[in-house]
Amino acid sequence: MARVSGPILQAADLGKQVTSPEGELAILQDINFNILEGETLAIVGVSGSGKSTLLGLLAGLDVPTSGQILFDGVNICALDEDGRARLRSQQVGFVFQSFQLLPGLTALENVMLPLELAGRSDPVAEARERLTEVGLEHRLHHYPSQLSGGEQQRVAIARAFAGNPRVLFADEPTGNLDQKTAQQVIDLLFRLNRERGATLVLVTHDRAIADHCARSITLAGGRMTGAA
Amino acid sequence: MRSLRFALNGLIRDWRSGELRLIAIAVLVAVASLTSVNFFTDRIRLATELQATELLAADLVVRGRDPIKPEIIARAHDLGLVTTRTASFNSVVVVGDKMQMSEVKAVEAGYPIRGALRSSDTLFGAETSGGMPTPGSVWVDARLLQDLGLAVGAVVQLGRSSFKVAKILTYEPDRGGDLFSIAPRLLMNQADLEATGLILPGSRVQYYLLVGGGADELEVFRKELEAKRREERLRIQSIRDTRPELRRALERAEQFLGLSALVSIALAGLAVAMSARRYAIRHYDNCAIMRCLGAEQTTILRIYLTQLLVLALAGSLGGCLLGYIAQEILTSMMSGMTQYAIPSPSLRPVFTGMTAGVVTVLGFALPQIIRLRQVAPLRVLRRELAPVPPGAAATYAVSVLALAALSPWRVDNYQVTLYTLAGVLVTALLLVVVTSGVIRILNKLRARVGTAARYGLSNIARRRGQSVAQILGIGLGVMVMILLTLVRTDLLDTWRNTIPPGAPNYFLINIQQDQVAELREFLRERAAITGDIYPMIRARLTAINGSPLTETALAGMEGRRMANREYNLTWSARLQTDNRITAGRWWPEDGGEGVEFSLETGIALDLRVKVDDTLRFSIGGQEIEGRISSLRQVEWDSFNANFFVIASPGSLDDYPGAWITSFYLPPEDRQLMFDLVRRFPSVTVVDIDALINQVRSIMDRVVRAVEFVFGFTLLSGVIVLLAALQTTHDERSHESALLSALGANRRQILAGLVAEFFCLGLIAGVLAAIAASVVEFVLARFVFQIDILINPWVWVVGPLVCVAVIVGGGLAGTRRVLHTPPMVALRRV
Repeated sequence: MARVSGPILQAADLGKQVTSPEGELAILQDINFNILEGETLAIVGVSGSGKSTLLGLLAGLDVPTSGQILFDGVNICALDEDGRARLRSQQVGFVFQSFQLLPGLTALENVMLPLELAGRSDPVAEARERLTEVGLEHRLHHYPSQLSGGEQQRVAIARAFAGNPRVLFADEPTGNLDQKTAQQVIDLLFRLNRERGATLVLVTHDRAIADHCARSITLAGGRMTGAA
Repeated sequence: MRSLRFALNGLIRDWRSGELRLIAIAVLVAVASLTSVNFFTDRIRLATELQATELLAADLVVRGRDPIKPEIIARAHDLGLVTTRTASFNSVVVVGDKMQMSEVKAVEAGYPIRGALRSSDTLFGAETSGGMPTPGSVWVDARLLQDLGLAVGAVVQLGRSSFKVAKILTYEPDRGGDLFSIAPRLLMNQADLEATGLILPGSRVQYYLLVGGGADELEVFRKELEAKRREERLRIQSIRDTRPELRRALERAEQFLGLSALVSIALAGLAVAMSARRYAIRHYDNCAIMRCLGAEQTTILRIYLTQLLVLALAGSLGGCLLGYIAQEILTSMMSGMTQYAIPSPSLRPVFTGMTAGVVTVLGFALPQIIRLRQVAPLRVLRRELAPVPPGAAATYAVSVLALAALSPWRVDNYQVTLYTLAGVLVTALLLVVVTSGVIRILNKLRARVGTAARYGLSNIARRRGQSVAQILGIGLGVMVMILLTLVRTDLLDTWRNTIPPGAPNYFLINIQQDQVAELREFLRERAAITGDIYPMIRARLTAINGSPLTETALAGMEGRRMANREYNLTWSARLQTDNRITAGRWWPEDGGEGVEFSLETGIALDLRVKVDDTLRFSIGGQEIEGRISSLRQVEWDSFNANFFVIASPGSLDDYPGAWITSFYLPPEDRQLMFDLVRRFPSVTVVDIDALINQVRSIMDRVVRAVEFVFGFTLLSGVIVLLAALQTTHDERSHESALLSALGANRRQILAGLVAEFFCLGLIAGVLAAIAASVVEFVLARFVFQIDILINPWVWVVGPLVCVAVIVGGGLAGTRRVLHTPPMVALRRV
């Protein structure tokens, strides 16, 4: 059972603007919400509503133009790029829609990467264990190009959980998969999340997947239009 | 029409986004290099030949035993050429009771067509340029003046006529020839010739027709004359047929320049191929979408080919313009070095440049662009679907064909083209094979290194094809740079030093046996000159291996010519420093056994003799026979006193002869020569300063031209480096962003990049050093035929430069990525 305590992520008056040929364009405006430790939250909305941008801001992959994000009480917007990288290596895991595995590394090496970056003592054993958990113990030395889409996303999930992150961010994790494989990946993602008690922030446009989460917020035109 | 508009719009869009700039710049530089070489070599060759023609006193000389027929002269005039005639023969000049055999030359108005006579009023006095003897007067050289004890104003008898010595002849452009076998010179006006009564049927007179004019007309004239050369018993000489050291200088210059342009094209091709690959990969998605929307494969191909063609034409045009400006700058730099205006360039290089630009772009980019046709429409759904890569063999074949198609009309010299192409191919193959092997080994090592290094090594191994291409590009680029900087200096210095700064500018001949010791002491004391003084004994060759010449392999005309020829024999205990034994052995210092001869290789070839054959010479009626014990290669352009035939010490002791020496005297010490002539009145001084300066000035000019053109090739090398680094820039940016998302800090990402760049640089650098050494050796040994030591700096500079350039350039290229939020970088893909 997931533990639930105080907020691990707080978004306060969050806004993101970009400069386009037509002038300033607001992608996100007035975003305010909290995520409790161990909670599962879905960010839903139609395409272009700003979901992925919000996820990127929450994970410290980009910086907002206004407002702030507190990660366990620390304002990550005030950190420099290396500071945010340190935070990611210690507390954050990612699952992307397009898997984002490094093509030059084997499945095992891809999973070892965050462990090594975090300075773990035995990355090989840990990575092997994570891959076994996702059922890929027979694919350790395969390169991404030698794996199916579903297998690649399972490697990505193994990598995401490798460092025992406190928060896992998933951006349309099943977007590139067929329905059957997508279901298997979602099941795996939520099972591991439950077992590890991580906080899960998941971006999706699929209501059925969002329903797996305890809570959801809805974006439209860069604003929060609903929370459930 | 629609696809043309579409292609042009796409081209403008891609240009704005900067994707095509490297291809355009590569073409621009290659075409600029080629065009400037073409423009410039055309002009400089004309100018150089113009100056070199001074040595002929004309652009072309026709020589015959009979007076040149009027119809030949008329034909030259028909073609718009200018002519003047001279006649040359040996005759005795008489003054009172003294006589001296001299070489008389009769000249008419218009002589010389190229260059000018120089003369002075007193011995070793100030020179004036121009003019020629007026009827009734003659000009004589210092030697005749000395030999006959004359002064300016004296009267000399030549045949039935008397002449007043009006001036001392100090420089005659077309004197040339063997300095020691010719008699002193007397120059007279042709109007006086008949009255001397010296020209009778059967007289040994050489008639010359000096011709000058435009290159095309000269070529027509030459061709027509060549056809009837034999029956008319004429010999035709142009600059290429005259002094060997000048001919070699011109040939080498053409080889250097041609080679440089060829390498520049090859490098541009490489840069284009690499840039086109990146361009193609970036357009996979566009093509997939177009295919999805119903574009046919041919439409896609047409669109991209149009873009490529427009790009090639624009780049080439820019290149031509740049080439023209560059050669104008260079030409202005060179002005003042010649008394002639450098001729204007023709428009032909523009045509050549445009063709080369288009062929380079199409030839090297086509294999990559053709792939775009094969992009599957399904890629819109499955991005991993890339088109089948073209076979490496196909790519190389197309590139080499393109290169081969480009070379013949650039490099006239077939041998250099062949060596260069073979060199590029062998180097490329070697680099591919070795690099693949090294990458395999590195890949195995990656489990044993840290995260950053593993990431770097894995990148090299994963992108094996690209890594090999990158190393190839960088390796070849750096190899050319090494060749151009270090090796070029070696080659050019070695070449330039064939006429060392202290090359002898004075020869003393007619030194009598009893003067040798005194003269040696005089030179040592007054000018610290300690050179050798050699005996010189005139001889005629009478037999080879006991058989008279006419009964040997040289029977006929050639045998008679050889038998008539006078040889200057000398003897020497030691081998001269500018001589190298090529066969047999040099004798011991005490002389060895019996009479032995050492022959210059060229004369041995003419006489068809080898080591252990015997030669018999006749010296003043006495015969001497000896065995050939060695053959020698002689560096004639060292300007030292050298001999075709050298005898072993002691073998010529009983024969009469004079001695000869040569030395360098700085111009400010000219006074010494007055003292020398006063003290040793019978010794004849031959001043070859003018000749040496002429040859050296041409060589210097050629070296400067070569260095300038190499600058362009160097630029091509830099572009290849940029292109090579760019090929993997996109992937690297994306991966760095991903690593950052996974928590890698900048230091860790940097360490990975540095590891990758360092390995690439090191491999490329070491291979470049090996390749540069091999190419230098091949060029020096087989093409330029000079001895050269491999420069050890190649091994330090090569890898260092490679590592520095690749790590520096690579990091500079990815620096922006490190400061971009990872989200932005990830989204770009």
